[in-house]
Amino acid sequence: MATQVSDRGSAKAPASSAAAPARPKRPRIPAVLLKFVIAVSSVLLVLYLVVHMLGNLQIFFGPENIDGYAVWIRTILEPLLGNEGFVWVIRVVLTAAVVGHIWAATVLALRAKRARPVKYAAGNKVKGNYTTRTMRWGGVIVLLFIIYHILDLTTGTLNPNGEHLAVWDNVHADFAPGRWYVTIWYVIALLAIFFHLRHGLWSAVQTFGWNSNKREPILKAIATGFSGLLILGFLIVPISVTFGWI
Amino acid sequence: MKVNLRVWRQRDAVDKGRMVSYVVEDASEDMSFLELLDVLNEKLILSGDEPVAFDHDCREGICGSCSMVVDGHPHGPEKATTVCQLHMRKFSDGATITVEPFRAGAFPVIKDLVVDRGAFDKIIQAGGYISANTGSAPEAHSTPVPKSNADRSFAAANCIGCGACVAACPNGSASLFLGAKLTHLGEMPQGQPERWERVVNMVETHDDAGFGGCTNTGACATACPKEIPLDVISQLNHDYLKATVGGRRKKA
Repeated sequence: MATQVSDRGSAKAPASSAAAPARPKRPRIPAVLLKFVIAVSSVLLVLYLVVHMLGNLQIFFGPENIDGYAVWIRTILEPLLGNEGFVWVIRVVLTAAVVGHIWAATVLALRAKRARPVKYAAGNKVKGNYTTRTMRWGGVIVLLFIIYHILDLTTGTLNPNGEHLAVWDNVHADFAPGRWYVTIWYVIALLAIFFHLRHGLWSAVQTFGWNSNKREPILKAIATGFSGLLILGFLIVPISVTFGWI
Repeated sequence: MKVNLRVWRQRDAVDKGRMVSYVVEDASEDMSFLELLDVLNEKLILSGDEPVAFDHDCREGICGSCSMVVDGHPHGPEKATTVCQLHMRKFSDGATITVEPFRAGAFPVIKDLVVDRGAFDKIIQAGGYISANTGSAPEAHSTPVPKSNADRSFAAANCIGCGACVAACPNGSASLFLGAKLTHLGEMPQGQPERWERVVNMVETHDDAGFGGCTNTGACATACPKEIPLDVISQLNHDYLKATVGGRRKKA
């Protein structure tokens, strides 16, 4: 005799019976978990940004410091991972975080589009503030900037100096007063990151389930202050080079 | 006072629908918005036209039936107000007012301004209840509830299930509704036995119905006529993560 198929098993089998009522196709991953992916990846990315910003400030201590710093980060855990091993671990983790972040956001954006097939004739007048409305397109600007930034100051492809590990010279060539438009592009991109973080930081707290009505204004103020300080730390380098302060 | 209305007219669920303009000359500023529609409908009936279909029941702001978007705001531009409690004195004489149904894939239009909010009933059926034996319910005072929990539960229980949160959300998400139900039951001792099962089932039903995901824009809490606080969505995320990632939900 053929093996008896349990009820549970047959219910899971695809198209088991034509008489079965058509079930709506279940979104494979609940929206709450997609938000969780966005929040977890954003924590990794923000932690990286903090270290990146503090590392950048080495430039104010002179060429030896910043160039030495670039060499030093490649020697971390050298006995275990070899030269550059550590930076590659970081690069792989960051790439995974960025891919997960964008994938989850894209799935949610597509679902949002399907969830409102007909738009309002008078427009949707209930709007959040500027930062919440620009998360998606602002995120695209940030992605384009990251690609440019890697080609500029990591691979050196778009850098006029473009010499590996010659950070001081590369940065000075990049933000030379004659290349003011590059500095402006960096400032715009960094402001986009500021707006993205301002909403994103608080939003992550809400996604992790740690927000409360009482804490909300404080959390939002911390998110704004933290993103502001972080972005100022980044902004000061290209601006100082362009104006010849260092 | 005189008002120019642009109203969404749609014969049935399959009709494409269109905006139609009407002028109501003899509106009173003491009328509610629904009474204005009543006046319009009386005129339409007298002239042999089809009256504008809209949902309404209690007309005192607590039933959650009236579902329309007035000038781009669910329930109109007044804060913490259902459309039956929105008065014409809030509009200027000669104003042009656009009236549309709630727009969401999960809320299909049945006729004119009437939408099918059966998706909310499905979400409630998936877990918006507690199981209790009838006839042998214990004396309520024998289960003390701390004041802060009771307050938060009551604040969430203010939800009338009108769907304005979905109508306002740029993602068409019903997370504020979900969060309100989960907080309302989750703050109470009676809600604990089914707490983790409830959140997973309700979230699943919510996503199945075609509602979008929350991106924390806060539009829902702004539009909510009962001022459900935004942190109920934090509670929803908290409970869902604890039930799934945290492994609190025990499958029988």
